[in-house]
Amino acid sequence: MAHTIAEKILLKHTDRKNIRPGEFIEAEIDLALANDITAPLAIEEFKKAGFSKVFDRKKVVFVSDHFAPAKDARSANQCKFVSHFSAEQKIENYFEVGRMGIEHALLPELGLVKPGDLVIGADSHTCTYGALGCYSTGIGSTDLARGLADGKCWFKVPSSIKFVYQGALGKWIGGKDLILFTIGSIGVDGALYSAMEFTGPVIRGLDMDNRLTMSNMAIEAGARAGIIEPDEITIDYMKSVHTSPITVYRKEEWLNLKSDKDAQYAKVYEWDVSDLEPQVACPHLPSNVKPVKKLKNIKLDQVVIGSCTNGRITDLRIAARILKGKKAKSGLRLIVIPGTQHIYTQAIQEGLAEIFVNAGGVFSTPTCGPCLGGHIGILAEDEVCLATTNRNFIGRMGSPKSLVYLSGPAVAAASAITGRITHPEEIIK
Amino acid sequence: MPCPYGKGRFMILKGAVHKFDDDINTDDIISAKYLVSTDAAELGRHCMESIRSDFAAKVKAGDIIVAGKNFGCGSSREHAPLAVKGCGVAAVVAKSFAAIFFRNAINIGLPFLECAEFDKIAENDVLEIDLNKGIIKNITKKQTYKTQPFPAFLQEIVKAGGLMKYIKARV
Repeated sequence: MAHTIAEKILLKHTDRKNIRPGEFIEAEIDLALANDITAPLAIEEFKKAGFSKVFDRKKVVFVSDHFAPAKDARSANQCKFVSHFSAEQKIENYFEVGRMGIEHALLPELGLVKPGDLVIGADSHTCTYGALGCYSTGIGSTDLARGLADGKCWFKVPSSIKFVYQGALGKWIGGKDLILFTIGSIGVDGALYSAMEFTGPVIRGLDMDNRLTMSNMAIEAGARAGIIEPDEITIDYMKSVHTSPITVYRKEEWLNLKSDKDAQYAKVYEWDVSDLEPQVACPHLPSNVKPVKKLKNIKLDQVVIGSCTNGRITDLRIAARILKGKKAKSGLRLIVIPGTQHIYTQAIQEGLAEIFVNAGGVFSTPTCGPCLGGHIGILAEDEVCLATTNRNFIGRMGSPKSLVYLSGPAVAAASAITGRITHPEEIIK
Repeated sequence: MPCPYGKGRFMILKGAVHKFDDDINTDDIISAKYLVSTDAAELGRHCMESIRSDFAAKVKAGDIIVAGKNFGCGSSREHAPLAVKGCGVAAVVAKSFAAIFFRNAINIGLPFLECAEFDKIAENDVLEIDLNKGIIKNITKKQTYKTQPFPAFLQEIVKAGGLMKYIKARV
């Protein structure tokens, strides 16, 4: 029977001969991930059920990134709880302040996830690793507790939806614009319970950072996964990170990991994106998407560049290119947050950090921070923020009366200079 | 008759409706600033705070949330179904549920039902839910609604009393 890449990865992790969309399966996982918000609840459930040892300490990753460096005593307690459990279980892949990065920027960079893997994470943006050709998906804390106990998880085999992007991308267009356009087209439940598969010449031409941005927001269309078939770009990326001891480098196997030609899709969308303008999601849903030029005079109090969606070095380079030698608008708070310690040092070495600071911005240690209204940039009543993050729900970044717009790093950087939502070509002709 | 939760196990639930729109997300259900606790009662005191600030104060034990499509979209935070449980809500009825919320509700044993007839139900209507039969009676409007049955696999988890008990029984 013909299978999509999502079905192939799931099937490989079961003892079954075949699987079909809609079936419930139990599968062996390659990696279980949680953060400082979701791990405490998972660990409590794990212990409450009477388990004492994780199934494989090398296949568990905990990252204290959401409220870390701890924003208050209760957050500190959560980080401490996860830290102690990691020490007790001899989990080496526990990352806290100093080693920590935003989990979905950190794991690919360390080679902890690789093509063909089945990954569960108690964080909805675990779908990010689909860019590497993984089946990686967000689950809750109790699912994670079960994964910690026996290395398994239940799945409903999703039907797949194929997204084919034709044409050539315009100058300021990146992965964020493609995924916002996609969510805007199909809605926040347009891929509910499904695996999205991103393909076509435009995807083949995207670098890994932009691919990670796309897969990251598959959840914003309700999808279980957002997968891109591995190619030479994937192989080059894995070569660049494959210093991690658990990464086994298997080029032929990875390049062969593809959907069968006659695989079944619930739907196929095909777009020519040659004329795509930079996209912005307006309050209060990621699907409320408009081209930037349609947004006239949206005044901003804050711009955030960072997060698991757009906190990678490629994003910071684009933002720095626009901000170089310029100042953020007087009265506007510009907050730039690199995704990991490695990206942080890269940004310093390349002079990007200096550009942001000289522009009057803040250059922060890695953290999820303001994206979920944690810390480092919480919005007051009636304030308006443009962020390169992934959600613009009511109150997401602070006051329920604040407004959040979402864009890619180019629009965010340009908008920081003018103080209103701005097309990058207005700054750099 | 479709049996979403399996036969003969559950009490009949009866409560007043609190009605919500489509795409109620997990930030609506419990704002991230409260994710410094795993205590359902504490989380429950802030349930729906950003979109309906008086909800936690108004809701009575046994009340029922009725919502449109894609209930629980967004974050994976299991604190969301915990907050719903913690504020006293007995069940959630929605047109559809986001996938992670669906899993979490199954895994922690929050009763929920998929029902297409969302539009017929109004705020403050009194519903009677028979989880054994998968039937919702609208006492106020004298109507009966059918719901989407759960697959057998999920019924097993529910019968066991949640995912961890289900696993424990099999180890």
